Amino acid sequence: MSLRTDLGKVRGLGSAKEGVAHWWAQRLTAIALVPLMLWLVINIAHLAGADVKAVQAWIANPLTSVLLILMIVAVFHHMQLGLQVVIEDYVHTEWLKVACIIAVKFAAIALAATSLFAILKIAFAG
Amino acid sequence: MDTRERPLSPHLQVYKPQLTSILSLMHRMTGVALAVGTLLLVWWLVAASLGGEAFTTIQTIIGSWFGRLLLFGWTLALFYHLCNGIRHLFWDMGKGLDLPAAYRSGWIVIAATIVLTISGWVCGYYSMGAL
Repeated sequence: MSLRTDLGKVRGLGSAKEGVAHWWAQRLTAIALVPLMLWLVINIAHLAGADVKAVQAWIANPLTSVLLILMIVAVFHHMQLGLQVVIEDYVHTEWLKVACIIAVKFAAIALAATSLFAILKIAFAG
Repeated sequence: MDTRERPLSPHLQVYKPQLTSILSLMHRMTGVALAVGTLLLVWWLVAASLGGEAFTTIQTIIGSWFGRLLLFGWTLALFYHLCNGIRHLFWDMGKGLDLPAAYRSGWIVIAATIVLTISGWVCGYYSMGAL
């Protein structure tokens, strides 16, 4: 049984063949983020009211640095994948849709790079 | 071309709100809210790397009643999105898709969100020595 519509068969364009990669990446980052975000919230709760020295010492810990880096990468990848779907669903003007998606992807990369630089600076330069 | 009766996505204006539809809507809304919330996380990391006045500024802002309200909203959105995300992962495995199970898991998500959010804040106030 084919699940394709008659119109789809006539047009014969097939799928874009890349939907699965997007779907799969969103799930992979979601699975990774479950432990990472729980870890982050527990640690930030422990740091409540701590001074900058204590926060820097926490970030400079090698295990913390690596987990923070993984968290940042997963968060911003997951974020731009999710926002892309939201934009595709609600923005119907083609040029605006593309512009919004580009803006979100650039912003995600810029914010991730900024965060990673901050983490590495604390880890290596103190 | 025959047009078969295919399911249409619900018109929210005339669609009776149900737990399942509300939770679905909230998943998307909390996702967008969390995306905005990442700005705070980035700011906090940058401020920590700069130290000094930059860190004092963000700590004062987060410590104010408005900052705490924002942070409370962020933790609520985070735990909701996290718990409901796990619910989605089970659906992706084809589990819990029937209506009674979807309602049951929906209520579990609400309960878990409340418990986790309160636990997080109790933990935070405890480490500040306020409890």
